[in-house]
Amino acid sequence: MSIRVKDLTYVYNPGMPGETKALDGVSLDVEDGTVLGIIGHTGSGKSTLLQHLNGLIKPDSGEIYIGDVCITSGDVKMTEIRRRVGLVFQYPEYQLFEETVAKDVAFGPRNLGLSDEEIDRRVKVAIAMVGLDYDEIAEVSPFDLSGGMKRRVAIAGVIAMEPEILILDEPTAGLDPAAHRDILSMVRRIHDEMKITLIFVSHNMGDVAEMSDRVIVMSEGRIAFDGTPREVFSHATELSEMGLSVPPAREIVEQIKAKAKDFESDALTLDEAAADIREYLEAARG
Amino acid sequence: MSFIEVKDLVIEFTKIDDEGNEVPGKKAVDGVSLNIDKGSFVAVVGMNGSGKSTLAKSLNGLLLPTAGSVVVDGFDTRDEDHIWDVRSRVGMVFQNPDNQIVSSIVEDDVAFGPENLGIEPDEIRRRVDDALKHVGMYDQKDKGAHMLSGGQKQRIAIAGAIAMRPQCIVFDEPTAMLDPKGRARVMSIIKDLNAEGITCILITHFMSEAEQADRIIVMKDGKVIGDRTPAELFSDIPFVESAGLELPPAIELRKMAGLPGNLSTAAEIAEHIAASR
Amino acid sequence: MIRDITLGQYYPGKSVIHRLDARTKIIATLVYIVSLFIVNNFWGFLIAGVGLAVVIALSKVPVKFIFRGLTAIFIIIIFTVVINIFMTEGRIIWQWKFLHITVEGLSRAGFMAVRLVLLIIGSSMMTLCTKPIELTDGLEKLLKPLSKIGLPSHEIALMMTIALRFIPTLMEETDKIIKAQQARGADFESGNIIQRVKSLIPILIPLFVSSFRIAQDLALAMEARCYHGGSGRTRMNEIHFHRGDAVAAVVMVLFLAVIIASRYIPALF
Repeated sequence: MSIRVKDLTYVYNPGMPGETKALDGVSLDVEDGTVLGIIGHTGSGKSTLLQHLNGLIKPDSGEIYIGDVCITSGDVKMTEIRRRVGLVFQYPEYQLFEETVAKDVAFGPRNLGLSDEEIDRRVKVAIAMVGLDYDEIAEVSPFDLSGGMKRRVAIAGVIAMEPEILILDEPTAGLDPAAHRDILSMVRRIHDEMKITLIFVSHNMGDVAEMSDRVIVMSEGRIAFDGTPREVFSHATELSEMGLSVPPAREIVEQIKAKAKDFESDALTLDEAAADIREYLEAARG
Repeated sequence: MSFIEVKDLVIEFTKIDDEGNEVPGKKAVDGVSLNIDKGSFVAVVGMNGSGKSTLAKSLNGLLLPTAGSVVVDGFDTRDEDHIWDVRSRVGMVFQNPDNQIVSSIVEDDVAFGPENLGIEPDEIRRRVDDALKHVGMYDQKDKGAHMLSGGQKQRIAIAGAIAMRPQCIVFDEPTAMLDPKGRARVMSIIKDLNAEGITCILITHFMSEAEQADRIIVMKDGKVIGDRTPAELFSDIPFVESAGLELPPAIELRKMAGLPGNLSTAAEIAEHIAASR
Repeated sequence: MIRDITLGQYYPGKSVIHRLDARTKIIATLVYIVSLFIVNNFWGFLIAGVGLAVVIALSKVPVKFIFRGLTAIFIIIIFTVVINIFMTEGRIIWQWKFLHITVEGLSRAGFMAVRLVLLIIGSSMMTLCTKPIELTDGLEKLLKPLSKIGLPSHEIALMMTIALRFIPTLMEETDKIIKAQQARGADFESGNIIQRVKSLIPILIPLFVSSFRIAQDLALAMEARCYHGGSGRTRMNEIHFHRGDAVAAVVMVLFLAVIIASRYIPALF
């Protein structure tokens, strides 16, 4: 499902001492099936934008179309938006509340008013989709699981609503490296298998470079850069002024370029960088 | 004598079984011995559940040994009469910036520790101002804590520890919940503190942070399985992977590109490539 | 939203009011609240209102900031007003079926509304102009004599400090949880009363879990910073009475006297 955002503006605490323009004329078109990475430091407006996309916040001005439905017009049904756009918050494990994993995952589908059979089917699919074993985990209390597992269950709760757009706010925050890798490959699998549009926020530039088809950079409520990872991460200086950085592979490549003048590489991932280095060294030997 | 001496430490959590009896649970720390020297910068790494956080909390007596001992500057943490001597020597900064700030106003929170130590008001004032300047938050001393960003809150928490004038600060995953900017700032504060002679113990998941320490302790299943310098550790890739750790990007790249094993930083890799021409 | 309540918030400043001893402000607020219940006519409310206006002016807290706190409580005020207008017996001036409006009802509703507004603004002035730590220190000192009969004054004060500190945190947490459940299609706005109460469970359970987690973290952090109860604790800013406090005390006594006297001014109606 595609997304079209037109001239979105939102102000926190209007007319108050703490008045801040969280979004300032944001426009954005996202094609169906895209993986869109969003970067920006705390307070840049990322989270506010995400919450607009499934109608949790109403803009002060501007329009949002999900597919061809305008969700900012007054007469749209909220459940309809929530069904189409799944939003997974930061630390989603903190929203778990049911006695069993299966019941918790069923919360969303139940709110959609589906039949019991359909809910059961969706719960099973969603739990499998996040890489957990239904028979093993369905009747377990979500509070007895490890941090990484809890997060999977929480994500399954959103997936069970079978959204056409899935939004994840820092899905790997606070996890150890192993759990981090697992969640990332899980997110990628969800995108590929469910054939949905995926939007994710991350502070890990390496992940953003590797996962995204397209990256937007938020700064002070505006979109500062918008393009392919390669285009966006070519603005190293501007990014660092915003308190952001380029992927580690790019940082290393830049250091190599500074020393070896004829070394050429626009690598963003370690794989690409390694390939360029091998090629260069082979040429040097040969 | 080392500043902190941990000997055969075991920390076991008891749990309540179905009949309501206390039964021995998991050994979170299982026979750890190590010494930490004054002024050193030690990183502790390992997967979730490896016992690193439990070890951290035992270093200032927040958790007491089930067996073995922890001795800080000559004081055993089990000695109730000297527990405040231990805690005033070993400060601690936790993971969640929000949940460790006690007072609503920045400077009042930083004063909390010294106030508990019964220090004179004028001296507290001096220490609070000094601690806030250390973390670059002096300008915001009158602000409400809830108005600050996560990174700023974490700096306040560090100031709260500094104001107690400890000889050692244990940082328990201080950057896990911060954005890159906040993370970099916290790391540079830790390094400054260490340069001033404060012993720093950093628990972290980020290898890019751990590699800045003098020494890295690797934990797995409650045991110390490695205690090496960063260069030693990251030259042993199979070991790092078996401990469930990540390689720092430069090392990962070295491995992927098949470069010699003695290169451990981006600068060294760059030198090597430039020299190969 | 709930976050807009200014009650309990501190507005940094260095005004005359800010500089008063917290104990003075606590007692003055109590006196003011009592006086609002002594008042029985228009003149009394006028005096109380002017008094409050003077304090607000002296405090240099923006009026807008203060009134934002009222918007959330507005509903309670309207409710009180409506109840009073329709439920008071007396000289009927308008009637429709069982509903009627009386002169007495109108004046009582008006008094009620003014009283509530003054009460809320009056007490928020105390918290707006006093650092939370001073407020709780003040309370601790005022309660100190009662610790002889077993009242844990230090612990009460500390509980207040922590409560004030964590109100914004928990509000944020609540907001986050509500939004997360809304994103899963939860509906808190429709259905009958039972359905609505049931719809709160997905909010309350995560909120309880969060609160316990926060409490646990905070307890560890406090212990790590050598907290061991009130004995042997010092304070960075000891609170002291100054000349301003004496002036404030005299002003409050005069104010109370005038308010009592106002009862004998003939009523307007």
